[in-house]
Amino acid sequence: MPDPTVAARRNELLRLAAIGTAAGAFSGLFGVGGGTVIVPLLIFWFGYGERLATGTSLAAIVIVGSLGAIAQGGIYGNVHVVTGLLLAIPAVIGVVGGTAVQQRIPQQAVSYLFALLLVAVAVDLILK
Amino acid sequence: MSDVLAVLVCLAGGLAGGLVGVGGGILFVPALTVFIGLGQVEGEATSLLMIVIVALVGTYRQRGYGNVRMREALIIGALSPLGVLAGVAASNLLPQRALQLAFAALALFMAAHLVRRARAA
Repeated sequence: MPDPTVAARRNELLRLAAIGTAAGAFSGLFGVGGGTVIVPLLIFWFGYGERLATGTSLAAIVIVGSLGAIAQGGIYGNVHVVTGLLLAIPAVIGVVGGTAVQQRIPQQAVSYLFALLLVAVAVDLILK
Repeated sequence: MSDVLAVLVCLAGGLAGGLVGVGGGILFVPALTVFIGLGQVEGEATSLLMIVIVALVGTYRQRGYGNVRMREALIIGALSPLGVLAGVAASNLLPQRALQLAFAALALFMAAHLVRRARAA
C-alpha cells in the first residue's frame, strides 16, 4: 500500500525540480533570468498567491543568479564590479519601493503586470 | 546624461523586480550596454551581480511581509544548474531561432493563462 503523503511529497519535489530546471535552462539560453518562469509556475502548479510566488521567486533568484555568476567565471573576468555596485543603488531603492507597493495593490494586479512583462519578453525574443 | 538614464532604468528594473518577483535583468542589461557602453557579455555578467543584490534585498523585504517559502526557493535554486545543462543540450540539438520562438510562444501562453486566472479570481 503506497503511502499517499510520500507520493504527494515526491510529486511536489518533482514539480520544484522542473521549475528549477526550467529556470536554469531559460536563464542560460536567453539571459532572461529565472523569474519569468518561476513566478507563473509557482502560481499554476502550487496555487501560490501572487505575493508568495514573487517573494519565493526572488529567494530562488539569489541562488540561480549566484550560480550563474560563478559558472560564467564572470566574477573575475566580465563583471564590472564598481559599475554594478553603483547601479545597484537605484535598483535596490526600486526593489524596496516595488515590494512595498506590491503589498498595497490587489494580487490580481500583480498577475496583470506579470502578463505584460511576459508579452514584452516574447516580443523581444521574436524581434531578435 | 546617459549616466542619468542608466540610473533611471536601473531604478525601474528594481521597481519591476519588487513588483513582479524577477531579478530586473531585462532592464539592467540594456542600461549597461546602451547607456554605459559595456559589451553584451560584460553587460550580462555585470547585470547578474546587480540581480543577486536586488534579489537579496527583495527577499529580505518579502520575508518581512511573510511572502517567502525558503525551503521551496532553495530546492528551485539548487536544481537550476541541471537546467543550464539541459539548455546547453537543447541549443546543440535545435537552432537558436527555434528556441527563441518556442520560448516566446510559452511566454505568451503563460501570460494568457495568468490573465484568465486573475479575471476568474
